[in-house]
Amino acid sequence: MPSVPHTLPWGHAIVDPMTPARYRVESIRSELTGVFTLGLSPLDEPCGIGFAPGQFNMLYQFGVGEVPISVSGDPDRPEQLLHTIRAVGSVTNALQRLSPGGMLGVRGPFGTSWPTTPAEGADLVILAGGIGLAPLRPLIYRVLANRSRYGAVCIFYGARTPDDILYRNELEQWRGRFDMTVEVTVDRAGPDWMGRVGVVTKLLSAKGFSPPDTIACLCGPEIMMRYAVQALHEQGVGERQIYVSLERNMKCAVGLCGHCQFGASFVCKDGPVFRFDAIAERFNIREI
Amino acid sequence: MATIEGLDRMLAGHPFFEDMSERARGLIAGCAANRVFHRGEHLLREGDPADVFYLLRHGSVAIELHAPGRSALVLETLRDGEVIGWSWLVPPYRTQFDARAIGLVRALSINGKCLRDKCAEDSSLGYEFLSRFARLLAERLTATRLQLLDLYGHPSDYAARPAERPLEAPTSPAKPGPSGP
Repeated sequence: MPSVPHTLPWGHAIVDPMTPARYRVESIRSELTGVFTLGLSPLDEPCGIGFAPGQFNMLYQFGVGEVPISVSGDPDRPEQLLHTIRAVGSVTNALQRLSPGGMLGVRGPFGTSWPTTPAEGADLVILAGGIGLAPLRPLIYRVLANRSRYGAVCIFYGARTPDDILYRNELEQWRGRFDMTVEVTVDRAGPDWMGRVGVVTKLLSAKGFSPPDTIACLCGPEIMMRYAVQALHEQGVGERQIYVSLERNMKCAVGLCGHCQFGASFVCKDGPVFRFDAIAERFNIREI
Repeated sequence: MATIEGLDRMLAGHPFFEDMSERARGLIAGCAANRVFHRGEHLLREGDPADVFYLLRHGSVAIELHAPGRSALVLETLRDGEVIGWSWLVPPYRTQFDARAIGLVRALSINGKCLRDKCAEDSSLGYEFLSRFARLLAERLTATRLQLLDLYGHPSDYAARPAERPLEAPTSPAKPGPSGP
């Protein structure tokens, strides 16, 4: 396949987006059952590649295959590339078996990003479900590093059970800050759980943000996002103020192969982060 | 002890009743009492006569279900501004779930029998009241259905049956996100 020039949002071009760069596994951290975070360092570009919050990389496990995984680390520390991965198939299971010192290939970063600049001056609602918190974590890091540029910051997170809360330590740290709201709920719990039980969309009824002045960023199961959009509408947050991250079957990551086609868009190139008004009509069509 | 006027003010300040007519609130206040519960105390017990419901003013309450041989399962937690209990509306007026205070809870209790009688006498009050509870029940039903979906479960638990399987098997790349193929 011929090489395709691919320009990053900040103007830096990947020389050949189809050729993986070599990365070494520096760390592998178990987050939850079947969920782990790979820490990678580049062999070919010592400073690492920059990325924008919400973008993804194609991780290539040699001899097994390639998977699209959102970057989950700090965008201001590109030398330490983090990806949080759920082991659900042959490639991700092989990635889970890697150990420090192991090698893999990385293509990217690809795709659109969370609206860090348009959201400046606005209140920010970050709503995540399950492992959907991972693609939002770079946004949270970026916002907290520039906290004075944003209004109220609210993180609403839903998980299956208390044992399935991703980045629990960080959520607790963020919750301890005086300049943001962090609410967590789980779908089911035993009597020892002192926190909330219920659907994550219910957290949106908590005040703490001004709907007309809010930008909302959502990531999680699509059904969850559908109901979250509905709940945000009821609060007075319009479609142009809502951004969602979609997941589709990405292969080439540069808009050539069509595997991730979502109506008139390619999720790899036009997404994965979409402003909701751009996809609202397609969002409820089950065939796509 | 709170006076009727004080209870009316509390009712007016509760989201469930905030835009209700003053007349209707006055009628309801006659069936209301101020209550405090400490951690672990039960506001409602499954199987008891459902003669009361609560408007939460402060604190958090776990709605629980018990099954033999296992610990209580928390179905939902409710907080300030929410309503606990709907069994008083539906015959045979038996409480369906336990409601346990997670910490200190302040609530207005409303006598369901008293309110049913007033709604039967005053159909406009009855309609206004039932409209609010219908909306509440619809919200709870939708939330319960979403919880039943187990949205965050492992995808392989819910892979499509062979006849419904998409062109790409579940083990193929699936997500520009944290869960790979």
